Amino acid sequence: MHVIQVNNLLKRFKNVVAVNGISFDISQGEIVGFLGPNGAGKTTTMHMLLGIITPTEGSIHIFGKNFSEHRGDILAQMNFSSAYIQFMSQLTIWENLYIFAKLYNIPTPKKKIAEMLDMMEISDMKNKLFSKLSSGQKTRVVLAKTLLNDPRILLLDEPTASLDPDIADKVRTILKQIHKEKGMTILYTSHNMAEIEELCERVIFLHKGNIIHEGTPQALTKIIPNYAIEVVLENHTNGMETFKKSFHQKNIKELSHGHFVITTEQDALPKALHTIMTSGLKVKDVDIHKPDLEDVFIKFSREEKQS
Amino acid sequence: MDIFYWPTLNILLWGFLSVFLQTQQQASSSAIIAIIMGALILWMLFNRAQQDISIHFLEDVWNRNLLNLFVSPLTTTEYVFSFIILSVFKIVVVGGVMTVLTLLLYHFNIFSFGIALVPFILNLLFFGWTVGLLIMTLIMRWGTDAQILAFSFAFLLQPFSAVFYPVSVLPKALQFISYLFPSTYVFEGMRAVIATGAISPHLMIQSLIGNILYLALAIMVFHHVFKKVLEQGLLTKLE
Repeated sequence: MHVIQVNNLLKRFKNVVAVNGISFDISQGEIVGFLGPNGAGKTTTMHMLLGIITPTEGSIHIFGKNFSEHRGDILAQMNFSSAYIQFMSQLTIWENLYIFAKLYNIPTPKKKIAEMLDMMEISDMKNKLFSKLSSGQKTRVVLAKTLLNDPRILLLDEPTASLDPDIADKVRTILKQIHKEKGMTILYTSHNMAEIEELCERVIFLHKGNIIHEGTPQALTKIIPNYAIEVVLENHTNGMETFKKSFHQKNIKELSHGHFVITTEQDALPKALHTIMTSGLKVKDVDIHKPDLEDVFIKFSREEKQS
Repeated sequence: MDIFYWPTLNILLWGFLSVFLQTQQQASSSAIIAIIMGALILWMLFNRAQQDISIHFLEDVWNRNLLNLFVSPLTTTEYVFSFIILSVFKIVVVGGVMTVLTLLLYHFNIFSFGIALVPFILNLLFFGWTVGLLIMTLIMRWGTDAQILAFSFAFLLQPFSAVFYPVSVLPKALQFISYLFPSTYVFEGMRAVIATGAISPHLMIQSLIGNILYLALAIMVFHHVFKKVLEQGLLTKLE
């Protein structure tokens, strides 16, 4: 069942087309990553799904209902988090959450807030003013608000931006845990490709308002067939030229004396490694770089720029 | 702009007040205190009412809390009404503090006029909330560049609303402008109550009609601008 159905969504700001007639569906329980360089239209699309930007053309159906006609019903079952939103600084964590528990009409607000505070490990600071919190603590409060209404759909716009790696990891763990427990649908944007790879089952790649690729992170990484082997050899004067010649000229690049990057397709990887190990030269260091989403991101962005 | 705005308003306000006081040489000092203190209390209530909407909205903007609210099921009507409900509580407190202070310091008791002032106070509060809604609309449309209006716009109305002096003190052209604001009828009505102890139904109805027209205009402008704000994605850029 598709919980989000977007058809020919277009957003034009004066002469600038931010989102160019895109269509996509998201199924119940899916975690979908929105990828793309700055200005690709990710956040604008997300804001249209939340009703804070009106589309120029196209339709949005959420839970099978037209968004513009059932805004209140739909938003009651969704929630949104972003690294760029905060709460009233002069209120405590508990007071801020209580306001939103009331707005979302939570039947037992105090119990639910306590549950969220425990989950985010911030129960001990519930009476602290929001302004006195660190950015990591603030993000956890925002996430607590995001989960207050047990949303069926969660829209997360760079939720871990500006967090240190430890807290970001904790946030991802929490998200995975609640997704597993509650099976909610998550639409996620991030510039952290590893994060997208870790969390998302499907990725929609946007560029200049268009969907240029869509698929699982694994399928997308197959777009880049080449592995890169970085080899550092002992300082041999003899044998270096022979070593270079054992690879096709376009596949080997010498970064500095004895320091090479060899590109090879996945199928030919064992053969390339065998060639290195049997070259008779002493290998000081070797590193194999498997193509990842970041490579795909860079490839798409550069291709689109060139086009 | 600042260089001209405040000096001009102050010159107009204190100048017309001086002209009015010159004509009141026969009046008792208690009557003068009643007019000034009564006007001051009502003016503070009006300013409080307009700021309770415009500044509370700005607080949501400054705290980057606005998107949290607008992605919730909250409607814009509920949002504005929440400000009004909060405003009522604050106005009761502010009114109470000013009443006690004027009673202790100047022996002026605004409640000595009974309930005759109540309809005028209610009219003034409605006008304050209407002005607050209009300012909030302008801030939504033009962003925080327009936030100065929340602090200064009410003072623009002050010399023309004949707060501390009757409309008759103003030159003819300014009298015409003055009668465009419901607040003018409220302050004229307040002076009539202080002078005679009786409510002036004529001034009360004029004020009420003005309020209804301004409120209808403010709601129409708000709906039109809010639609544009969503179309242009301005809500997400407010900070």
